[in-house]
Amino acid sequence: MTVDAVVVGSGPGGAAAADVLTRAGWSVVIVEKGRNHLLDPHDPTRLATDFSNDEIKFLSRHFLGPDPLLEPRTFRTTEAEGDHSFVGDVNNIPSTVGGGGTHADGKVPRFREEDFALETTYGPIEGADVADWPLAYADLEPFYAHAEQAIGVAGEAGANPFAAWRSGPYPMPSGAPMYGALLSGASAERAGLHPYPAPTAANSVPYDGRPACNNCGFCAFFGCPIHAKGDPVALLQRALATGNAELVAETFVARVCTDGRRATGVEVVGPDGAVRRIDARHVVIAAGAVETPRLLLLSGFHHPLIGRYFMVHFQTFALGVMPQRLHSERGRAVTHVHDDAVIVDDAARAAARAAGLPWVRGGLVEHGGPSLPIMEAKLYPWGQAHTRLMRESPMRDRLWAFTMQGEDLPQATNRVDLDPTVRDVRGFPAPRVTYHPHRHELVASALHGARLVGVLEDMGATWTMTSASPLVGKTDRRGASSAVPISRHVMGTTRMGTDPETSVVDPFGRVHGLDNVVVADSSVFVTSAGYGPTLTLVALAARAAAALAGSELPG
Amino acid sequence: MPLWLTDDEYRVLEAACERLVPEDPEHGAPGARSAGVADYVDGLLGAFCVDPPRIWAGGPTSGRYGGEAGFSTFHRLGPLDELAWRTRIEGSQGIAEREFNGPVAGWQERYRDGLASLGEDFCDAPSTEQDERLRARPQFTALLYGHCCEGMYGAPEYGGNRHGSAWRAIEFAGDVQPRGWTDAEVSGP
Repeated sequence: MTVDAVVVGSGPGGAAAADVLTRAGWSVVIVEKGRNHLLDPHDPTRLATDFSNDEIKFLSRHFLGPDPLLEPRTFRTTEAEGDHSFVGDVNNIPSTVGGGGTHADGKVPRFREEDFALETTYGPIEGADVADWPLAYADLEPFYAHAEQAIGVAGEAGANPFAAWRSGPYPMPSGAPMYGALLSGASAERAGLHPYPAPTAANSVPYDGRPACNNCGFCAFFGCPIHAKGDPVALLQRALATGNAELVAETFVARVCTDGRRATGVEVVGPDGAVRRIDARHVVIAAGAVETPRLLLLSGFHHPLIGRYFMVHFQTFALGVMPQRLHSERGRAVTHVHDDAVIVDDAARAAARAAGLPWVRGGLVEHGGPSLPIMEAKLYPWGQAHTRLMRESPMRDRLWAFTMQGEDLPQATNRVDLDPTVRDVRGFPAPRVTYHPHRHELVASALHGARLVGVLEDMGATWTMTSASPLVGKTDRRGASSAVPISRHVMGTTRMGTDPETSVVDPFGRVHGLDNVVVADSSVFVTSAGYGPTLTLVALAARAAAALAGSELPG
Repeated sequence: MPLWLTDDEYRVLEAACERLVPEDPEHGAPGARSAGVADYVDGLLGAFCVDPPRIWAGGPTSGRYGGEAGFSTFHRLGPLDELAWRTRIEGSQGIAEREFNGPVAGWQERYRDGLASLGEDFCDAPSTEQDERLRARPQFTALLYGHCCEGMYGAPEYGGNRHGSAWRAIEFAGDVQPRGWTDAEVSGP
């Protein structure tokens, strides 16, 4: 049997593509290498009960996968470090039905108009390949609106003065603001910043048959026990409910099979290790910005840019210890954000000039973060001090943090390829990340980190510090390289463009030189912007699928 | 009766954990001993002595704030999950399917060797001497401390944090589903 499309990966990108294709009447097989802890594939109204408020299961024991023993990745900052300098968890996002959407705390901002036209707006930067996207915000806006409706986003239109235009309101009002965010929001406003309720893919009211979020606090890193996070379970439910989709879990796609310019299907390895083929008229790859180029390379595709321009967000942290307890385990981890650090203002221009750069941009600043006691405990030394620190809780219950998701410039030397020696459990070469930040990221980090410390001091913090990830050239106390970025926002690697010489896929995600292979995840991003990639990749995946099926705008 | 460790090993483990996370009687905070951290570690090392293995507690609720006691029923492992966790706990032991990237030293072996190296007389040694021995074995102590933190502040279904005593001592409510928090509790001081 030949299906209309095989979709590789069941995360937000694959689910968004499957949703559009199945409603256009296409038969689709969604192949996921991880386990299914999300929903009953035969009755998608029945959601699984496997997720829980359990820090051991989700943070210490790889419940959402991938297990780095089975599927290691390797890392080096530059080729000069040899084959690799680290083996293990490198920017892993969940390998499970639902993919990265399951563990995210669901901050889903849109990009802004200028994010699609950085080269035209600000010009090139030496050492990076800054380029415009082959599409404009206006091309994507209908798909942003579709994505917000489909996954269910709570937010407040008009609250962010820097936001791009939108064709309609958010589907839901914002949820309850966290106590700490009310304090940091007030201080940020006093500093001339513009905090607003974070657009969040967690229901503030019952939506689409799923309940309102009840603020349990186990949000970032956790699957939602009550399925109040809509990304991407809502998309998978919609696709499966058409009766046109089949979901196959615990199955690894090892190769895209081709006959000349056409893909004929994929070769997969099942849970029992048996290899079989799935014949398909189209192949949609949505495995994430590390696994997607890996699959293209494992399939023998040779475009010289496959895997290049790997980007993450350069994360800057400003931490402040408050005199009072903030009970930040209540709520959605982050309820407020501000965009000011994305804006090229006088301070950013001055910092750029001083550093000899034409411009610098930071990224979205998140107010707050997860509040978990095992994570906290491991930060403290052992002995008597441990018990006292856990009681006083400077690093959890009295901590307030800002995280800036800093724009990471595209550099051809930052890339994903195949490691020459390390293998996964199925015997395939592990993906290798080679990554080193551009000086631009460091300058933006220093500028905005200092500004955020000022906000914390205004809040009343008695102790502050800034940090960042990655920290090139440093090691943590376990000896692991801090050069491995901890960001899970992976992007780039199959750059989108109109010219096959300078891009891997076309403006609709179709791989240049192949007639029926589409990339539908953040691999296609041309630049990283300073915003979480999920909503943009869902919108792009829906747009690519609509173009593929020749369907009208999704309804 | 410990699940996997010998009685002697268990006693050394308990004493070592208490040095890493000591009790604070003045503030009523339990230490690793009374919180049952050694049971957490022993339960991890002996995860495959029970069926289903004690790797992932079930969901969606524990029953502490309503709902079913779902945490008590551990998840069944898939074939690859079992391979990963047996390798991590038991070591690769020369078994080909566990050594696709070379040999792996398991936690059982590292604990057996690490506890032995602390000395048979560890439990009776003065606390300063105990601390010195722990500091002299930084790799083993780092492994043990990580597990201590999990056993102290993780869900009680894994064997530690007895009756949620460690959560209470740090004013952490634990797994609050299905109750969650009201909007007023989220936004108020």
